[in-house]
Amino acid sequence: MDITEDTVRQVAKLARLAMTDEEVHAMAPELNDILSYAQQLQKVSLEDVEPTSHSQLLTNALRVDSPKPSLAREEALRNAPDSDEGQIRVPAVLEG
Amino acid sequence: MNYETVIGLEVHVELKTKTKIFCGCRNASGAEPNTHVCPVCLGHPGTLPVLNEEAVDLALRAALALHCHINQDNKFDRKNYFYPDLPKGYQISQYDRPIGEHGYVTIEVGGVEKRIGITRLHLEEDAGKSTHSIDGTHTLVDYNRTGVPLVEIVSEPDIRSPEEARLYLEALRSILLYCRVSDCKMEEGSLRCDANISLRPLGSETFGNKAELKNMNSFRNVERGLEHEVVRQTAVLSSGGTVVQETRRFDEATQTTLSMRSKEEAHDYRYFADPDLVRVHIDDVWMESARAQIPELPQAKMARYRRDYELSAYDAGVLTAEVEVARYFEELIAGGVPAKTASNWVMGDLLAYLNSTHRTMDQSPVSPAQLAALIGEIESNRISLKQGREVFRLMAESGKSAAAIIEERGMVQLSDESALGSILDEVLANNPKSVEDYLGGKEKALAALVGQTMKATKGQANPGIVNKLLLEKLAGKKG
Repeated sequence: MDITEDTVRQVAKLARLAMTDEEVHAMAPELNDILSYAQQLQKVSLEDVEPTSHSQLLTNALRVDSPKPSLAREEALRNAPDSDEGQIRVPAVLEG
Repeated sequence: MNYETVIGLEVHVELKTKTKIFCGCRNASGAEPNTHVCPVCLGHPGTLPVLNEEAVDLALRAALALHCHINQDNKFDRKNYFYPDLPKGYQISQYDRPIGEHGYVTIEVGGVEKRIGITRLHLEEDAGKSTHSIDGTHTLVDYNRTGVPLVEIVSEPDIRSPEEARLYLEALRSILLYCRVSDCKMEEGSLRCDANISLRPLGSETFGNKAELKNMNSFRNVERGLEHEVVRQTAVLSSGGTVVQETRRFDEATQTTLSMRSKEEAHDYRYFADPDLVRVHIDDVWMESARAQIPELPQAKMARYRRDYELSAYDAGVLTAEVEVARYFEELIAGGVPAKTASNWVMGDLLAYLNSTHRTMDQSPVSPAQLAALIGEIESNRISLKQGREVFRLMAESGKSAAAIIEERGMVQLSDESALGSILDEVLANNPKSVEDYLGGKEKALAALVGQTMKATKGQANPGIVNKLLLEKLAGKKG
């Protein structure tokens, strides 16, 4: 897989990261190195291995449906840069 | 050219659990903003989600009730996107292995049964609630709803008219209510619906460009929004134009749909398996216990009512549309009330009273046992049907029993023949003209005499017995 500068820009955009041209230029080969390192795994024969979605073999780590105390509101809002009427206040977002 | 309408619906339903899907915060609407939140649902770093067993159980029950094939090995995936109502920056959902697939809902269109396929039903978490300020300067976010368990139910593009879309939604809602999976209150947002609609020339196999409709807050508005789209897209296509593939918003004020001018770039959600959650295996025992939680469903119940109680399709339909109504009806039957009588009372006075006072069946002020007792008073001729309806109204308003009201109001119907006999003699003596008319062949004069008797007894005489006694006495005079 070849990571082009356009791929870097696209990924940065999806992750809402602002990157300068220099950073994009430097990042492309770095990502390529990382990917080609990981790509060694593609050489492993997996014919007799069941596909998995998780590294843990554990299944059904479940919780009983019983309520636990929530945070106090002032505590919950403490990390928010701005709040209003008990709600978190953010810049206007309008779909479309 | 004639066009065929193709509709598919995407329905989100909030599951009726006590707590959220991945943390112990309460799943309850109507609380003060940001009071049902914790580090897990706020997406704080270092926290781990733990799956609520009940959420899986309810989703499984819903999938089984909708005849889905169940994927017994489940995983959760992250759907990545940025929006303020999603504090983690991703929504935990099921991407390529939904808990249920290939199901269906049966509807009846113009007397013909039709299956609407269900592509998939999957489990996911809800997002928070954004309120946009009117002046457009900011948005307020409440995270109480963040992490509430949802199932998303996607239909096949099998729906061919706005009416079918409404019938599908009604059938789906009814099944989910019967299964106690969700409240399904569209006005409160516990059931939400988006619709995809496209048109194609009749006979064509390929789909036309579709519009996605949002912002419909009732089944009626889903139908209206779709009706408007049929008209709009027909006009575009008939004039040689092309339907723009876009998201449109239903505008309740104008009953039309408006383009939302969404950014046209394709979404890239970069789904991947959530490493914070291990797999969920639903074994056969779990599956069977979920299946055992599914009660007799509305269509089966309706068929049984028609067959066993000889009710009309319409009556059986009304009685089974909501599980609470069916339960009430069945309790009347268990209380010894004949089916037809029970059906008449439920569909007549009871539902009319509840509708006029904006109550649902579970808020009925008259219990099935109380109504059965009232019906007993009527069946045994202690009071007339007309009196019974008045007693019902008083029961609903006061909460008193039928017997207490009948006693209080001295409503006991006169059906004692000897007591009525002397009253009738008096009526006949006081109305010689009517008697003469009747004997002279004017049968209508009988009604006048019945009326006089009812008046003399302040409406408490049993009209059937009055009729019978009058005929006997008049026959005696004839001879």
